[in-house]
Amino acid sequence: MSSTKYILGLFDDPDEMMHGIDILQKNSVPIYDVFTPMPIHGIERKLGIKDSRLGYAAFMFGCLGGTTIFAMASYMLAIDWPINIGGKPAFSVPDFIPITFEWTVLFTAFGMVATFFYATHLFPGRTPRVMDLRATDDRFVIAIDAKGNTPHEDITNLLKQAGAVEVKHNDRKYVSYE
Amino acid sequence: MASHSESIIREPLVTGKDITYAKITNDILRPVEKMPGRAWWIGFTVASLGACLWVFAVSWTFWYGIGEWGLNKTIGWAWDITGFVWWVGIGHAGTLISAILLLFRQNWRNSINRSAEAMTIFAVICAATYVVSHMGRPWLAYWPLPLPNQFGSLWVNFNSPLVWDVFAISTYFSVSLVFWYTGLLPDLASIRDRATGIRRKIYSVCSFGWTGSVKTWQRFETVCLILAGISTPLVLSVHTIVSMDFATSLEPGWHTTIFPPYFVAGAIFSGFAMVQTLLLVARKVLGLENYITMFHVEAMNKIILLTGSIVGVAYLTEFFIAYYSGSEYEQYVFLNRFIGPYWWAGCMMYGCNVLMTQLMWFKKIRTNVAASWALSIVVNIGMWFERFVIIVVSLHRDFLPSSWAMFYPTWVDMSVFIGSIGLFFTMFLLFIRVFPSIAIAEVKLILKSSSEQAKKKLMEHGGLDPEQVEHYKESLTVFDSVEIADYKTTKQ
Repeated sequence: MSSTKYILGLFDDPDEMMHGIDILQKNSVPIYDVFTPMPIHGIERKLGIKDSRLGYAAFMFGCLGGTTIFAMASYMLAIDWPINIGGKPAFSVPDFIPITFEWTVLFTAFGMVATFFYATHLFPGRTPRVMDLRATDDRFVIAIDAKGNTPHEDITNLLKQAGAVEVKHNDRKYVSYE
Repeated sequence: MASHSESIIREPLVTGKDITYAKITNDILRPVEKMPGRAWWIGFTVASLGACLWVFAVSWTFWYGIGEWGLNKTIGWAWDITGFVWWVGIGHAGTLISAILLLFRQNWRNSINRSAEAMTIFAVICAATYVVSHMGRPWLAYWPLPLPNQFGSLWVNFNSPLVWDVFAISTYFSVSLVFWYTGLLPDLASIRDRATGIRRKIYSVCSFGWTGSVKTWQRFETVCLILAGISTPLVLSVHTIVSMDFATSLEPGWHTTIFPPYFVAGAIFSGFAMVQTLLLVARKVLGLENYITMFHVEAMNKIILLTGSIVGVAYLTEFFIAYYSGSEYEQYVFLNRFIGPYWWAGCMMYGCNVLMTQLMWFKKIRTNVAASWALSIVVNIGMWFERFVIIVVSLHRDFLPSSWAMFYPTWVDMSVFIGSIGLFFTMFLLFIRVFPSIAIAEVKLILKSSSEQAKKKLMEHGGLDPEQVEHYKESLTVFDSVEIADYKTTKQ
């Protein structure tokens, strides 16, 4: 029984890595995840990853922000303490537009980014779950769960054949822990 | 795909030979990972002395009150609001580069967005300090916020442009900060994974556990795109609202309906000038000529030319409308900019912003580092005078001639202003030491499509229109980071 937990194919070129994904998929090897130093366009479709739904979250937060400040301003100036400013109406909608816009943007930005951090488990001090330290530098890493995906030699050969500069058999899932 | 080949007629965005992904990381992280050189220390010493002056002058203002400034009964608003609008305007270029150019898919923004965004944040901090210090009683700085209070609750007046400004500037600052920091996460992870010991621990905390997995990148790009989409109207709204601080008044010279677009154009104009001031030095000192190329410099100069000309048209419109309005007070204010006691300020404003910028029509000047840098300083000065002219020169001739006055700044006025420049540069210099000054991941993204070496490979591959290749080689001659000799030998 091998102690390998994950097989990593390290590529030095994004296009060769995409080629590697094709080859693995053709041979029915499931891919655990791919770690890259930059966004790779088109990889989501290849790996069958659904579109991000953050846009919906952003829209909802935007609506919330705009509604909140508009309601606040209306309550404060028209209901709670209407002040006579040159006889002009207390409920002066055009004057509320700038602040309504600002808080729409504010809530959208903070709400969406918070959702992003929450969904992706990003927060200050989170231990980085890094499989290969060069994946944030110059290596495009395909990770394959070794469990059940045998024989490992065949996977290694497939990766090599696709142009991987290095294939690693890691005994630990993450190398970033002390 | 990462590597569709781009048309040969487009200038390269990354120059140099044998640029690999690893080399990009090494080059950009050198200032962060190595001890700084002498140039940095000299700059930092001077800047932090300026920052100390700022701390002293602002403390003096808080201790003795704003009576220490040169304000008088007629001119109740002078260098403070001038400095505020100047700094906020400078901030606008960063958002323009990071948001508007992203929406327009201008890939050349990739190597300048990080430092421009940092500049935005520092400029808005400088602007915000003016707001707090001009309040006189800064411990009551929370009063413009709509908080329940013991006076009834007496709420803030949401009809007031000054309250809109509080909302606009605070939103602008915090959204810019979020945008900038989210963009930093992948690059902080790059530093983390190369560092050891305590540095690794610090960057580990700062990078939020970034891994660069597919889903993370996908969400990251969605977030960046939406943030860009909302920052674009935001940045336009911010300076629109700043201009309304003046435009909604009843002061001749201020109550001008053209102010919002005029101020926004002026803001982008001055902001790009400041980006140019910083980056022309930074690219040299940090050795980043291959990433911030002559193409970037020229592109920014073109934006300076465009926005400077828009500002020029706005100036002309103001004069025409003053004449056309038939209002003698309005006409007097604009004539007074040339024939009044502040004629020299008017000359600085129109000369620096409109006349000097027209030099940018010449390609020789646009692609000359020294000339671009000098012109960027001229624009910075001119835009400061624009605000001075609008504010002080409009105020100094009161409706009652017996109240006519001049404004004489005290040492406190001057120290707060000079000190704020010191504060700005201190923050910027610290930034280039601890954070990557170029977005590493975004430069890597364009390496295979838009770099000089990719284009060279395309040329070696052949099959291109010779006319286009000639055009491309011609465009390379202005680059100071390209070996032109290499192209003499590789004839088609």
